[in-house]
Amino acid sequence: MTDSIKLEVSRYRPEQESEPVFQSYEVPLRKDWVILDALNYIKDYVDGTLSFRWSCRMGVCGSCGMMVNGTPVLTCATFLEKFAPGPIRVEPLANFPVSRDLIIEMSDFMNKLKSVKPWIIRKEEKPVEEGEYLQTPSQLDDYKQYSMCINCMLCYSACPVYGLEPAFTGPAAIALAQRYNLDNRDKGQSQRMEALSTDEGIWQCTFVGECSAVCPKSVDPAGAIQRYKVAATEDWWKSVLMPWGKGK
Amino acid sequence: MENNSSVQSKLYTRKVPILWWMHRWVDIRFITRELTSIFVATYAVIFLFYIRSVSQGAEAFAEFSEKLSSPLLIGFHVFALAALLYHSITWFNLAPKAMVIKIGETKIPGLLIALMNYAGWIFISIVIGWLILNS
Amino acid sequence: MKKHTEPFWWSLFGAGGVLSAFFLPVLLFLTGIAFPLGWLEGPSHEHLQSLIQPLISRLLLFGIITFSMFHWAHRFRFTLEDGLQLKRYDSLISVACYGSAILVMLFTGYSLWNF
Repeated sequence: MTDSIKLEVSRYRPEQESEPVFQSYEVPLRKDWVILDALNYIKDYVDGTLSFRWSCRMGVCGSCGMMVNGTPVLTCATFLEKFAPGPIRVEPLANFPVSRDLIIEMSDFMNKLKSVKPWIIRKEEKPVEEGEYLQTPSQLDDYKQYSMCINCMLCYSACPVYGLEPAFTGPAAIALAQRYNLDNRDKGQSQRMEALSTDEGIWQCTFVGECSAVCPKSVDPAGAIQRYKVAATEDWWKSVLMPWGKGK
Repeated sequence: MENNSSVQSKLYTRKVPILWWMHRWVDIRFITRELTSIFVATYAVIFLFYIRSVSQGAEAFAEFSEKLSSPLLIGFHVFALAALLYHSITWFNLAPKAMVIKIGETKIPGLLIALMNYAGWIFISIVIGWLILNS
Repeated sequence: MKKHTEPFWWSLFGAGGVLSAFFLPVLLFLTGIAFPLGWLEGPSHEHLQSLIQPLISRLLLFGIITFSMFHWAHRFRFTLEDGLQLKRYDSLISVACYGSAILVMLFTGYSLWNF
């Protein structure tokens, strides 16, 4: 009889309960199993009604984020053994409304992401005949870190400000805005500035730093936000001291 | 994906407890860091009164220095110094995150920027100390 | 964009953070601990007068004290609003915090002008 470990999983079935409840499951404590393996074991052999999101199971799709013992993690990258002898508490990502069981409603994040225009913005596209846009390794280096974001939303769960201020744009969206702002092919800084340098945009951030601590891809959204604060502040002072400024 | 209103209305929103920062060490450390600003302000005001006492003459200055020697105030200053040191250390450690400086193509490592801040801190402290102590 | 005043207060917060981080610890250690406890010989009244008197000294001291106050004001405002969930009183809290800093700034300016 192999070792087993108890998972206390948050269940929420809107059709039968008004608030989440915990349900316990014993799963095999296998050395090579991650939390996601345990959840799939539950779904396959114990309780087929358990609902949760997952996809690649290798830490690149960003689907399987959940709270494990109060910390947001990718469940495909978190080993059961780490928590032995348990029990392990598994809950949906914090700071998002719960849709069902471990599934959260993420449209707020999707809207925030859209609001920062996460694509290359140019006034004029170069015609194909003129060839490619050129980018040196150093220019790539300027934004590469921020391009590693997999939209897993762990940072939103870790951010106390997002929990308190739903209007806050949030770590990943701002990091992704920076990914484009710092890309030498992009000319959209001022467009994004209008959306971001609002009281809710970036200025709610108090540099707690938890977003960067939980990021599974080392994006360092906290750093991206502080750099953006500096850029937005420089921009603001320029507009105050030199209101005649350059056109866009 | 449909936006089914009956599904939407059954979404469960978890409340954030008022004293949310008391539950994890990470958050307690964060709030402590933020509260150091109280000691920054308090000492700034005390320092202002120290300067004012100098302005008001030798007697006023002696009286103020006397007050500063009370155990209560010394105790406060010891605690405040700890707070100020925590402020300075966390500030210098985080400062490199806000400014990424490149010389040509090379990024200056964050550690180096932090070390330069610490070096500047030590230098300024020595200079101030020397100015005050060197009658 | 100009309507958003957050960048302005954040600038003051940042300047205050820098000045307070660099200057206040040594000043506090000397004036509040080392001299009162007699660890180091305190400066004479005349010496302090001669140090503070020059315009550049007074400007520096004005900067250190004033920006430290604005550093506190901005940070404390957010600490209250996030720590105790008082965001709905932001207008009131902002006036109280930045207002106090402005009052201290005026008092500091007055004190150093008449040094």
